[in-house]
Amino acid sequence: MLSLQNNRIEKKFAELKSRNQKGLICYVLGGYPDASTSEKIISSIVDGGADFIEIGIPFSDPIADGPTIQEASFKALKKGINPDICLGIVRATRKRYPELPIVIMTYSNILQKKGFRKFMEIAKEAGVDGFVLPDMTIEESREYLEYSKNLELASVFLVAPNTSNFRIKRTLEVSTGFVYVVSVYGTTGMRNSFNEYTLTAIRNIKKLSSNKSNISVGFGISRPHHIKLMSKYGADAVIVGSAIIKLIDDNKDESIDCLQDKLKKYIKSLKAACKNNN
Amino acid sequence: MTNLQRFPIDGKYGKYGGKYIPETLVPAISELEEAYEKLKNDSSFRKELEYYLKNYAGRPTPLFFAKNLTDHVGGAKIFLKREDLLHGGAHKTNNCLGQCLLAKKMGKKRIIAETGAGQHGVGTAMAAAVLGLNAEIYMGSIDVERQKLNLFRMELLGAKVHHVESGTRTLKDAINEALRDWITNVKDTYYLIGSVVGPHPYPMIVRDFQSVIGEEIKSQLKNLTTTTGTSSPHALVCCVGGGSNAMGTFFPFLDDNKVSLYGVEAGGMGIKTGKHSATLKVGSEGILHGMRTYLLQDEFGQINDTHSISAGLDYPGVGPQHGQLKDIERAEYVTCNDKEALDAFFKLSRLEGIIPALESCHAVSYAMKLAKKMRRDQNIIVTLSGRGDKDIDQVMKFRKKYLGRS
Repeated sequence: MLSLQNNRIEKKFAELKSRNQKGLICYVLGGYPDASTSEKIISSIVDGGADFIEIGIPFSDPIADGPTIQEASFKALKKGINPDICLGIVRATRKRYPELPIVIMTYSNILQKKGFRKFMEIAKEAGVDGFVLPDMTIEESREYLEYSKNLELASVFLVAPNTSNFRIKRTLEVSTGFVYVVSVYGTTGMRNSFNEYTLTAIRNIKKLSSNKSNISVGFGISRPHHIKLMSKYGADAVIVGSAIIKLIDDNKDESIDCLQDKLKKYIKSLKAACKNNN
Repeated sequence: MTNLQRFPIDGKYGKYGGKYIPETLVPAISELEEAYEKLKNDSSFRKELEYYLKNYAGRPTPLFFAKNLTDHVGGAKIFLKREDLLHGGAHKTNNCLGQCLLAKKMGKKRIIAETGAGQHGVGTAMAAAVLGLNAEIYMGSIDVERQKLNLFRMELLGAKVHHVESGTRTLKDAINEALRDWITNVKDTYYLIGSVVGPHPYPMIVRDFQSVIGEEIKSQLKNLTTTTGTSSPHALVCCVGGGSNAMGTFFPFLDDNKVSLYGVEAGGMGIKTGKHSATLKVGSEGILHGMRTYLLQDEFGQINDTHSISAGLDYPGVGPQHGQLKDIERAEYVTCNDKEALDAFFKLSRLEGIIPALESCHAVSYAMKLAKKMRRDQNIIVTLSGRGDKDIDQVMKFRKKYLGRS
């Protein structure tokens, strides 16, 4: 894996490893349920112990997402949330947490529309540390990789359970920040349990990376025991997304204070599992 | 530019095309590409496909000289390539048979497909039934409501229809849902895309299976030289939604610059109203459904809602090869609005005794305009992509609105 000297993501991973901890990456959908609540949600999650924040920019056609994030995206777009507002949320978050690693997760067309270079420059200026684009393949990434490198932004590629070893090696080479291991055959969303193939895939990728890449596992993870399981098989970090959106949805009639308390408590329970890996 | 038939190069048509897909689909796309490259020139595969196209679907379809329409318009001779006579009632069957046979050779038993108006869903259900495969079709719940009859047809043919409730609940969301199904069931499922869209190699595969339209036109014109005075067409006119009947018609003629190519998009209620599907005419470059192509989108890259009187043209993207043909000006893309399409629907029904699909009416309408500007010894070929029985309800509804008749 290429290394980015001054990137907050890699600094954070180094710090976590020195403390023998796993990383907790939390996904929030920018502007959901609205822009100001979204900022408060991020604060509670960070205060609860999240190591990284992944801010989703809603897209009209999110093919890699399951029903929870789809519906949230659709609602956010209906309320007029756009990439500019989401980058505004990044700016506010950056101001409050100067060292917090912030990753943008969205679909390629959001960058394409403004132009990859221009979008990435604005994102960098707002305080973004890297991108996860689930519909970007290595084959189409020449331009994207060039700008990532110039701007010292992490370009996170994904690896699936059916990705060949040859391709995993290529992905490990071009990814910066971390490699996103998709745990299951399917879209994002909570799952009760994981199959053997998920664990085999994590172990395999870990082995192929020769401990040089940061392996982050996502899709379906929602409980502390999931985190322990993924850690046991070699994950350096886990990504939790739909479960957070679900918690927000389940408490939509509660006060913001109540939601923030619940979020903080939930994140604390997840982070505890990241610290206790035996 | 010459030698346009050599595209795609590296999966691209100039800057368009490519593969923008979740990683889980990469192995499936590679498997498809390998299987297709191996089978496309395999003589037993070709023979089997030809057998079904001829004996099951009824190919070749006639090339009919529309004399009454020609006399009525007064200009170039108008010929109709009668894809409406194909089994299933539209050109979609060409692609469905080709891809179902491909899936069968690949050992995939479960076929999934998206459908807008229902024609591709019906085509898929038919081809799956005759080839002994299981079909599941994704259809937006709004389209289900608009095309009840096709829903029932698909079910009669043994397909399972999933009603899609996400997003705008139309064709683009049905594609999203089919892609999500494929990501989940990638090992045993074949995704049968219905137009020249999606990640490479789909735009190429669908184009190749539809090129039988253009190839037949070529050989049929040779036999018609006494009527046409020439063995080469002067203009080809097709409707464009995703653009598969157009690509299939154009492809064999791409490198013959004497042949003018016209793609007709749905102008809907007028470009200025924003209620249309004129992707090539007013869209901009973007990335959707696995491809880089022209899209109807807002300033932030969110995909727009589209509108057309014909559900089959109601799509915010278009095949990437059309994007290339537009940019290099090999083909001209024009629009026809709802009212003009409806007008062509009535004209062709009365003058030639052919009830055309509303999609195809867009091509017929533009051909009438074009014929007036051309000489009487020239000829225009219109691909009549489907028959209009499915549209009767829609026509009765719009007739009152536009023409003040009930």
